[in-house]
Amino acid sequence: MIIKILGGGCKNCERLAQNTEEAVKDLNLDAEIVKVESFKEIATYGVMKTPALVVDEEVVVSGRVPGKEEIKKMLK
Amino acid sequence: MFSFIANFIVTKILHLNLETRLGESIHFFIYDTLKIIFLLSVMIFIISFIRSFFPPEKVKKILSRYHNFWAHLLATLLGVLSPFCSCSTVPLFIGFVEAGIPLGVTFSFLITSPIVNEIALGFLFITFGWKVALVYTTAGIIIGLIGGIIIQRLNLVHLVEEYVFQINRRGSAKIEVLDFKDRLIYARENVKDIVRRVWIFIVIGISIGAVIHGYVPSDFLVKYAGPGNPLAVFVAVLFAVPLYSNAVGTIPVVEVLINKGVGVGTALAFLMGVVALSLPEMILLKQVIKTKLIAIFVGITTTAIILVGYLFNIIL
Repeated sequence: MIIKILGGGCKNCERLAQNTEEAVKDLNLDAEIVKVESFKEIATYGVMKTPALVVDEEVVVSGRVPGKEEIKKMLK
Repeated sequence: MFSFIANFIVTKILHLNLETRLGESIHFFIYDTLKIIFLLSVMIFIISFIRSFFPPEKVKKILSRYHNFWAHLLATLLGVLSPFCSCSTVPLFIGFVEAGIPLGVTFSFLITSPIVNEIALGFLFITFGWKVALVYTTAGIIIGLIGGIIIQRLNLVHLVEEYVFQINRRGSAKIEVLDFKDRLIYARENVKDIVRRVWIFIVIGISIGAVIHGYVPSDFLVKYAGPGNPLAVFVAVLFAVPLYSNAVGTIPVVEVLINKGVGVGTALAFLMGVVALSLPEMILLKQVIKTKLIAIFVGITTTAIILVGYLFNIIL
């Protein structure tokens, strides 16, 4: 599983990264978390509001920071 | 109620006389901080709830179907209604341009959106009432229209970085469907997020306001920045543009300045100057548009704000 965090580096993007890391740890998933900060690449996902969470190339959340529990639900 | 709490703290806990400058300043500080944080939370909640109906993906879909003046007007109205975070400036810009929305229309949105943000509106409503909030919103729309239309007429598409037009999309991010409960959660999270981010600015802004309130004599500012001085707006805006602050830190200061005699138009123009343009946003925009266009954007927006400032001094 490849999880990508799309964001330019603002506070919300950091929070999303943290929540995601904790969610992955809790679920004991074999997942790689990648931070994508290049807007060029972010744009290819059609995302217009960062931060965004991409799981295996599918955008699951964009424009807000879901909590750890919500991310866990999405990753299952 | 907040005045009562402030009185209590100043007189009973700090044992200060409310008539003294120190007592008055501290009272103002406590009263304003409590009042603002509470009312701001309520306003942000309401506005965020409304804004949950206008995510950028939806805005893009709506805007791509209109042209010329109406597109600009729609862009500014959507700028008012849709939430804006300056870190989203670039993805939003790319998304709009890609969808075929004209450059000028995109700018109309980008100009109005940060000016008419939920924090500024909520705050203005609390501090000055709905009339000023409405005037401010109208000003934000007019400035967005002027800026966007001029940029459109100048035909500056060549100043956008090429890669923006060459993006190979993997597919659209789906528009998340929110039910009523989701919207409440979104609004609540937004309040938590914003208060967490801005409370320190509120405190700083009110501190500065409190000092001015208690220590600067009333006539001083009228002489230099009152409605009688023709250069006031010009200087205020030029001073405001490079300042990086958000509405929250600025409005308490603006309120006190107006009470001390600074013209309302001047003060609002100052606020818009601070909020509309910020160095971090320009640095972000550098990734998608060339410096020349950024300069034009800043120049036109600043000029529009100055003009609106003078206009409001006359009519308010």
